[in-house]
Amino acid sequence: MSAVPGQTVGPFFHLGLEFDGMNELVPPSHPRALRLHGHVYDGAGDLVPDAVIEIWQADPQGHIPRQPGSLRRDGWTFTGWGRAATGPDGHYQFATLEPGATEPGKAPFFAVTVFARGLLDRLFTRAYLPDDPDVLANDTLLESVAPDRRATLIARRDPDGAVFDIRLQGEGETVFLTYPRLRDAWA
Amino acid sequence: MESSQADINREIEAAAQQPGGPQPKIDYAPYRSSILRHPRQPAHLIDPEAVELWAPVFGHRDVADDEADLTIQHAGTPLGERIVVTGRVLDGDGRPVAGQLVEVWQANAAGRYRHQRDQHPAPHDPNFTGVGRMLTGPDGTYRFQTIKPGPYPWRNHVNAWRPAHIHFSIFGTDFTQRLVTQMYFPGDPLFPLDPIYQSITDPKARELLIAQYDHDVTTPEWSTGYRWDIVLTGTHRTPLESDTEEEVK
Repeated sequence: MSAVPGQTVGPFFHLGLEFDGMNELVPPSHPRALRLHGHVYDGAGDLVPDAVIEIWQADPQGHIPRQPGSLRRDGWTFTGWGRAATGPDGHYQFATLEPGATEPGKAPFFAVTVFARGLLDRLFTRAYLPDDPDVLANDTLLESVAPDRRATLIARRDPDGAVFDIRLQGEGETVFLTYPRLRDAWA
Repeated sequence: MESSQADINREIEAAAQQPGGPQPKIDYAPYRSSILRHPRQPAHLIDPEAVELWAPVFGHRDVADDEADLTIQHAGTPLGERIVVTGRVLDGDGRPVAGQLVEVWQANAAGRYRHQRDQHPAPHDPNFTGVGRMLTGPDGTYRFQTIKPGPYPWRNHVNAWRPAHIHFSIFGTDFTQRLVTQMYFPGDPLFPLDPIYQSITDPKARELLIAQYDHDVTTPEWSTGYRWDIVLTGTHRTPLESDTEEEVK
């Protein structure tokens, strides 16, 4: 069967995709809340004020959430999924929990989807937490990426949490991902 | 200097000489905003792991049934042609994607979005927001009632107009199937002129974005009907019934 092609999210996505609490997987006041945030840049190094970032992640114990409620959060259930739009300053942020390793020795990461006006199809990437160099050194994906581009997949710590900038094009371009059945659908 | 439609047509034609396959070319200069916003490096192929093998779960606590009716969100009835849009969400192997979230948004009948950035001087409709959400049924069916959106101008080039469309946001049963796209209406004269639609250079693939008029979806004395099936890419894990948290009644 032929997969339906994507199209840009356009300039008016706020209308259809925004909802209250979309970027707060946990309340920011949660004692273990992590601020995952960053800027989105275009190929000229300018900030992108109309991008949408989605994250999907394991909980701190490494379990993959199977609970509904991301659109109407109850303040207690960790659903593992959230959405943020960049502001006029190209900045996005989430309040969430640190993902745990889904298997012993695996590097925890956020699965990230990027949409924007001007971007004709969505992009996939990962944001790894930076804390354990040994675990990162053994990660299958990171090992397979050219060493000078690996850092684009690894968030850096700041006092509030973790910073993950996304560069759509050019110098420091983020490594974006494809998967076997996605690639095959377009073969 | 701003480009004319004739300039854009020439660029569209030139790009069609080097077909990019059934997905949009993300490097597609006729859509001016894409020039600085597409990666130049090829996507890095990996086998999905962990959360990438699963999709987030949505259920009846996320979406109320009446969110699938865009014509009842205000005190009055919106102006325009009332339509029903329905179809099935299927994975790349033809399996229904059940109990999953579908989000839609669109302009009103006059081609105006309820959005601050839309400065097109066409009227707002106080009775139409243009946003809907729904869950697919056990066989992957989604269905919503709305008003047929109008075409609208944009500033890609001089006298640029988008064909009428409805934006769709769709999840599958694994993360890699995530899709945001646009559904179009049959026979739109703006198709050959629109660089967003034409960024899909394979004509057969482009046509997958066009709904079909379906008289069986049309109801007497009430609304016309359109059918649009949405096939996602393949899953990397055989979906389980427990992929949907809530039983879809």
